[in-house]
Amino acid sequence: MALKRETYRIDVSNDVVRVRQVARSWAAELKFSLVDQTKFVTATSELARNTLEHGGGGTMTAEIVENGTKKGIRLIFDDQGPGIANIELALRDGYTSAGGMGLGLSGSKRLVNEFEINSEPGRGTTVTIIRWK
Amino acid sequence: MDRIPILKVGDCLLVTIQVDMHDELAMSLQEDLTSQIARYGSRGVLIDISSLEIVDSFIGRMLANIAAMSRVLDAQTVLTGMQPAVAITLVELGMALPGIKTALNVERGMQLLQEYMDEGPEPEETDGSEA
Repeated sequence: MALKRETYRIDVSNDVVRVRQVARSWAAELKFSLVDQTKFVTATSELARNTLEHGGGGTMTAEIVENGTKKGIRLIFDDQGPGIANIELALRDGYTSAGGMGLGLSGSKRLVNEFEINSEPGRGTTVTIIRWK
Repeated sequence: MDRIPILKVGDCLLVTIQVDMHDELAMSLQEDLTSQIARYGSRGVLIDISSLEIVDSFIGRMLANIAAMSRVLDAQTVLTGMQPAVAITLVELGMALPGIKTALNVERGMQLLQEYMDEGPEPEETDGSEA
């Protein structure tokens, strides 16, 4: 059950900047440490850019979630792009389809506590992350 | 489109990144810097990122590209002022920025550039230690 929930569009590169700021302000609201805030915002940036560059745009839904006494932030990045044919390969360090360094997915996975990816070729990709306080 | 200002000071170019950059802005900085190095024959580039709250793989790649391109153009790049939380995150992300010289603050960064310019071209990249 989400305590708070908002959805943001990611259509242009300024939207990536904007969702980074959203991630920052929510993480600050939950009083994440500075390092945890930085990791969370960096993961947000990587995944939002993926949504824009690979997914051709999409949305980020942010939720404050609870597990017992612990609170966290869940972010769901959703696009209707071409999808990922081989998720295992896409999650490997150094694998790139866009001429980058191939750290977007694998790197952001290391920066959060929970990471889930669902993708179907031709139908789009959904990446869900949670960082607990 | 907005641009990040580049200051020319003697043989060096100084850049202070103070805004949360979107990707095109980062790309234009890369282009502006390389064309200014060529135009002024600059020997050193100092990039201060003390106000940057995150460096993700895109910005990290842009910084690595600037360092590599300026080296090809006979200029040395020093990155200064990285926040500790940013450094921790960057390494965890998988980017240790090899090949980029760093300094804790602008003052030390300028010293490093000065030393480089005084001693001329760098000897083959080994450990860069000075006696």
